Order: sequence, then C-alpha cells, then structure tokens
Amino acid sequence: MSVLHLVIVAPLLLAFLVPFLHKRFQSFHTGWFVLLLPAALFIYFFQLIPAMKNQGTIQETANWIPSLGINFTAYVDGLGLLFALLITGIGSLVVLYSIFYLSKEKENLGTFYVYLLMFMGAMLGVVLSDNLIVLYAFWELTSFSSFLLIGFWFERERSRYGAQKSMLITVFGGLAMLGGFLLLHVMTGSFSVREIISMASEISSEPLFIAALVLVLLGAFTKSAQFPFHIWLPDAMEAPTPVSAYLHSATMVKAGIYMVARMSPIFAEQGTWFWLVSGIGILTLLWGSFNAVKQTDLKAILAFSTVSQLGLIMSLLGVGSAALHFKELDNNIYMAAVVAAVFHLINHATFKGSLFMVAGIVDHETGTRDIRRLGGLMQVMPITFTIALIGSFSMAGLPPFNGFLSKEMFLESMVYLLSLNIFQMNTWGVLFPVLAWIASVFTFIYSMILIFKTFAGKYKPKKLPQKPHEAPIGMLISPIILATLVIGFGLFPNVLSNSIIEPAAASIMPGLIDAGQAFDVHFSLWHGFSPALFMTIGVVLIGILLYITLPKWKKIYEILPKQFTLNHMYNSGLIRTETGSNKATNLYMTGSIRTYMIYIFVGLIGILGFSIFTKDAFAIDTSNVASIGLYEIVLALIIVVASLTILMAKSRLTSIVALGAIGYTVALFFVLFRAPDLVLTQLVIETVSVALFLLCFYHLPKMSRKEERIKFKLTNAVVAAGVGIVVTLIALSAYSTKIFDSIAQYYIENTAEKAGGGNMVNVILVDFRGFDTMFEIAVLGIAALGIYGMVRLRLSGRKTE
Amino acid sequence: MEILMSIVIGLLFASAVYLMLSKSLLRIIIGTGLLSHGAHLMLLTLAGLKRGTVPLLGENAQAYTDPIPQALILTAIVISFGVTAFFLVVAYRAYQELGTDNIDEMRGTETDD
Repeated sequence: MSVLHLVIVAPLLLAFLVPFLHKRFQSFHTGWFVLLLPAALFIYFFQLIPAMKNQGTIQETANWIPSLGINFTAYVDGLGLLFALLITGIGSLVVLYSIFYLSKEKENLGTFYVYLLMFMGAMLGVVLSDNLIVLYAFWELTSFSSFLLIGFWFERERSRYGAQKSMLITVFGGLAMLGGFLLLHVMTGSFSVREIISMASEISSEPLFIAALVLVLLGAFTKSAQFPFHIWLPDAMEAPTPVSAYLHSATMVKAGIYMVARMSPIFAEQGTWFWLVSGIGILTLLWGSFNAVKQTDLKAILAFSTVSQLGLIMSLLGVGSAALHFKELDNNIYMAAVVAAVFHLINHATFKGSLFMVAGIVDHETGTRDIRRLGGLMQVMPITFTIALIGSFSMAGLPPFNGFLSKEMFLESMVYLLSLNIFQMNTWGVLFPVLAWIASVFTFIYSMILIFKTFAGKYKPKKLPQKPHEAPIGMLISPIILATLVIGFGLFPNVLSNSIIEPAAASIMPGLIDAGQAFDVHFSLWHGFSPALFMTIGVVLIGILLYITLPKWKKIYEILPKQFTLNHMYNSGLIRTETGSNKATNLYMTGSIRTYMIYIFVGLIGILGFSIFTKDAFAIDTSNVASIGLYEIVLALIIVVASLTILMAKSRLTSIVALGAIGYTVALFFVLFRAPDLVLTQLVIETVSVALFLLCFYHLPKMSRKEERIKFKLTNAVVAAGVGIVVTLIALSAYSTKIFDSIAQYYIENTAEKAGGGNMVNVILVDFRGFDTMFEIAVLGIAALGIYGMVRLRLSGRKTE
Repeated sequence: MEILMSIVIGLLFASAVYLMLSKSLLRIIIGTGLLSHGAHLMLLTLAGLKRGTVPLLGENAQAYTDPIPQALILTAIVISFGVTAFFLVVAYRAYQELGTDNIDEMRGTETDD
C-alpha cells in the first residue's frame, strides 16, 4: 500500500466513519466533515500536474491475487489525472452544494454521504487502475452506488423505477465488458492495460479481437448513456440534484468515455472501432439534442443534453482514432479531434455541473422544475440567472465561453473527415458534418429554452408552489465557481492546454508520440475564417429562427408513435420477459406428479434409446445362456399373468393380492436360482408388505373407494412400453458383452479361510462388506422412527390456524 | 434363460411404469413394488444364472453361484421394504388428513388457502 492507494480508497474508508460522525455530531451538517476529504484529494492530485507534464507516470502496485495476475496496480498518467481532478474537484463543489441543498432535519444525511463517498472512491478506482479486473470491480461499485443514490428517496415509486432501470442497463453493460476483458486476457495472458497495449499490434488479427472490441464498447456505451442505452439517464433524474450534477453529468457517465479513451491504443486502428464509436456517438448527439427540445422538466432537458454532449465527445474520440493511420505527428489533423474531446470533456463537466445546480436552486426556491409554470425569474434571482446564462451559452457554443471553443474544434474535426480516404469515408463521410451541424442547431434551441423559458417572459407567482427568492449564498458558491471556470477557460484556454490536455491526449494516443517529444496544443478564441466559424454562424441564425417558431413545428414530436419509443420497448420488453417466463414455467410445471413422471421416463427412454442406437450398442449372445426348464417357464407365466391382472383388475384388493403373488413367485425364482437367503427374506418381507398394503387399503377414504379400472391412456401405455423395451434391450446387451470375469472367486476361496464362515452371502454381508449392512440397518431404523412420527405426531398447522 | 428373464424384467418394468403414471396413490405404490422386484431380478440375471450350487461351503461343490449379487439383492430388498413401509404409512396418513386417494387432488399449496 502506497500513498496513492490510500488516496484511492480514502473515500471508502471515510464512508465507514460517516455514520458515527453523523450520530455523534447532530448539530453539525455531516457534509462539512465530508467536504474536507475531496478538497484534500484535489490538492493532492493538483500537485501531481508538474510531474505529468514531462510524460512522467506514477505507478504503485499492491498485491491482491498474484497467482492469477490480479493486483491492485494504481497508475496515474495524463488521462487518469484529468479524471481524478474532475472527480475530486467537482466532488468538493457538489458536497458543498449539498450541504445547503439537503436539509439536516428532514434527510437521512448519514446514508447520503456514505453512498456519495462510496461512489467517489469507486470512480477514483476506475480511472486510476491499471489492472482490468480491479477496474471492473470499481466499475461495478460505481453502478451499485449510483443505484443507491438514484433510489435515495426510496419511498417514491419513480425513484425505485429509475434506480432499477439504470441498474439493469449498466450492469448488463458491465458484464459484457467483463467478457471483453476476459477475452483480452485470453489473447494476451495479462490483465494489465499497459501490457495489453504493448501487445496491441500482435493481437489485432486474432479471431477473438473483434468480439472483445464489441464487448468492451457495450460496457462503455451503456455507462455513458449512448444510443440506444441512453434511456436510463433521464429516469435517473429522480435522484437528489447534487447527485444528478455529480454522477449524471460530470463523472459517472464519463466512465464510458474514459473506457473508450483508455482502450483506444488497443482497438483504435480497427475500422470497426472507428465506425462504432464515431457513428454511435454522432447518432447519440443528434437523438439527444432532438429529444431535449421537447422536454418540459428542467432536469429532463439537462439529462437529454448530457446524453447528446456525451455523444459529441464519443464521436470525437472515434474520429481521433483516424489519427493512427497517419504516423507523423506534425499536421496530423485528426489528433485535433482527440484534443477537442479532452477539452470538451472538461468544459462539459464545468457548465453542466453548474446548470444542474441552477436547476436545483430553481426547484428549491420555487418548488417546481416545470418550465411551463416557470418564467420571469430574472429579477427575482439575478445571480442564479447569470450563472444559468453563462452555462447555457457555453452549452450552445457561443463565444466567449469555453463551449464555443470546443464546439468549434468539434465542427472542424467533422469537416476534416471529408478528406479522409479510408473506411469508405469518401462516400459516407459527408454525413458526419451534416448531422453534427443539425445537432448543434438543436443544442442551441434547447439551451435557449432552458434559459429563456425559466428566467425571461412573464412572472407567474400564482402558478408557483412557493414564493420565490434568491438562493442562500452557500448554495450559490459552487455554481459561481463553476461559472467562473466556464468563462476562465473560455478566455484563457491555454492555461489548460499544456498542463492537463496535452498529457491526457498523449495517453489516449501513446503510439503517436515518441518519448520526450512534445506536441503543441494551442487554442485561440479567434482562429480565422474557418468553415467551422461559418457553420457556427449558421447554427445561431437558424437556431434563433427555429426557437421563435417553436410552437409551430413542435407537433413533429408527436409523429413517432408511442409504441416505437425506446422507453416503451424497454418497458414492454421487461413485462414480456416476465410474463413470458411465467407462462413458459406454468406450461411445463403443471403441479401434477404424473406429468413430471412422464418427463422423467421420456427422458430416460430418449437418452438410453438414443445412445443404444447411435453407439450401435445392442448385442445379443446366446452362446453362454443357461438352459430353460419347465419350472422357469411356469414361473415366468405366473409373473406375466399376475402383472396383467394388476393392470386390468377392477378392484384394488385384487391388485394387492396379485402383487403378493408376484413377490412369492420372485421368491420361487430365487429358489431356482440357488439363493436360499434371498428366498427366506423375500417370503417374510413380501408377507409383511402385503399386510401393510391391506392396512392401507382398509383405510382408504370412503368416497374414493369406488372401484374402477385404470383408465387406459395411450401416452401412459407408450411410455410404459418404451421403458420396458429399453430396460430389456439394456439387460440383454449388458449380459451379452461381459468384459471380465466376476471377482466372486476370491470370496468363495476365502470365506472359510479368512472369515471363518460357511455361508458366503452372510459372510459378505457382515464381514467383507459389513459397512453396507450397517447403513441398511440405519435405513430401517430411520424408516421405523419416521413411521412412528407420522402416526403419533399431530402438529397439524391447518387445524390450529 | 437369461433372455427369458430379460423379457420378464422388461414386462415388470413396463407394468410398474404404467401403474406409477396412474392417479391412485395405492396403485403408484404397487408400481414401486413391481419396480423393485424387476430390479432385484435384473441384478441376479446379469450375474449369470444357474452357474453352480448354492453358495454354502458345506456343499463341497465344484462351482458355486456368484454370492455377490445375492448379498447386494438382500440389502436392496431390506431397503426397499423400509421405504415401501414408510410410503404406505405416508399414504395412510394422507388418506386420513386429505380424505382422498387421487393424486390429482393433492396439488400444491395454491388450492389450500
């Protein structure tokens, strides 16, 4: 365990202490204790930045299961550090915000901060683990803690629904990802990400490679809410707003982005990777922004906007993978896409975090988040309005905010795709800039809705559940800091470029940058009349036009019938699986013994008959059989007649007597086959059994004592005949293919000599194989006790109830 | 002889299975009785029949029949007796408590409440 390990698990350790702190210091808001930790961790990670700058990485290993190659290897590089800074930085701000958002009296704060710290530790573990299995363990811990946080208000039905949905979808993806990890292990023999990266070129032609690629991407796409797995994110908005701000905008949903960035050096040279990542990304971008426009709930707009922005980052990472096909670093235009992805990742975390906090403030101060009831809050909440304005304009991609820069770079990268001549891009590539542009228009529209429907227009105090007023200053600190960053990164983007973005981009594309070589990341607010600038101007013009005419074309959202929405498919899919499996179970689990017996017997006939037939196992050998005498024929006839009598008899008494007849005939067979002990036992036991049968018959309930023959049923007859035939065939074949002689000779020779007896059967029973006899006695004893208990004990629950 | 016995055993098994698929509890238990008779005879038959005299050393014979299957069958007879006796008492108690002999009327717990 090193300091780095301690830093990663520190939130988990603190989580153990939180309930005690919560109980012990009732007068303090528990959040104050929690706040210290992420702030300290942020400072720790911040002072690592200079070390990262020179391609330096930090690596510490703690053994966990060395024999399986599973060790807790903590590994910090540019990408990991960027995420760790986001997690701890936004984490501190969210904790601070939650101190003022969640009431000390009404909410169960101990539980809340335990879950939140669990999540923070898990997330740090995900981004700083080099070992895939450890990474997976932390990954699932983020799913679980997110589930707990979404369902925090567990008495609400919608919360439970949202928590279950996110759980099902993200755990499905997590398991797929585990499959991908295992395939990677099969191919390389290692769980270490860096070792696998060093073997990437060797494994790319393996047949399992594409399967591993798809499975890992499934995990990343479900976690990062990519189309069509994005449906859990809007329902996760039932969580408390600090949770939505932290998990569902800044950190957890970026775990999938992290995974794609981390795995890029392994997979990115494949066309499949390029198409899946950039294609799904751009589709998610379009679908998310299109759907955000129709929402009426502030948090729902933000949820779809998150989905769409994640799609944007995803598609940039996909386009960035094209950089690998151009080996020189200078003028590698696709490298710009990677830089843009990293930059937008930071920007999105800042403005989306502040916007969620604004939505929380509006909800907290007015009692509603419905934009149809809100309006005109500009004068009432001027500070909140300013923050919202900065966030929304940055999201829409307007200068001078940071969203403008990354949006420009995004559009530019999409335009670059036109000149790409691999992966058949020269035919389909034109779709990318077009879709990106349309999505930007919709992004502009919903950003305007978000700001103007809430804060501009007519003030409607009567429609609001509470009298609104400006939020307390404590609640405003975090969004103000984030909004300052939005402007700061917008005006001075180069603070970030060399310190954070360059090392992060370098760890996404390690193959392109030789050791010691630095590549220059430079942003400028004004970068000439590029095509992207004209596209942005177009976005703003068309966006304003569409925003004004919104009521006229809003009907297009009703074109898609409800049955075809993804949510409907998910819900009906769940219901259908449930009813379907229920129906299937009811179909074959009839509750009748007879049905189950038929299954068992048919299975027996099927398996045995099949193997006799396919293995050509039937054999009959008459050379060694014993002669048939008159007695035996007579006895066999008696058995045949008696068993037919049992089957045909009307009276059950007749059946019992016929069964007795068979028993005595079997005893006679034992006489003929020279088994005196068997004869004695068989005679006695048959007598007692028949007596028991008669006792049982005598006590038959009167009403069902009506005598009738067994009703003939063809299926029963066929099954019975099948079992009889199979048994006969096996008996004949087994007898006819004797492989070796009996070991009986030993017993015959040694019964007198070693055991001092004369009766071989008895000596076997009590001497050579006495253990069998002991437990056979136990069986009889248990049967006797059981019978005694059955007869004497009357603990009938039914009567006492 | 062994071929004849195999056919008789097959017949016993078929009757036993047919009885076990019937509705009456008593007939099912009769079926299990037939099944154990079939199994015992099969054990004896597969070891070979009439290969010598009774397995008692006092006979001073050249050849004895195989004593091992006889010991096995003896154990099996006693165990199947124990189980059959227990079954019969269970059936007897079921008649007392439920007032029926028909297994179709003895389904699950859903009809109980």
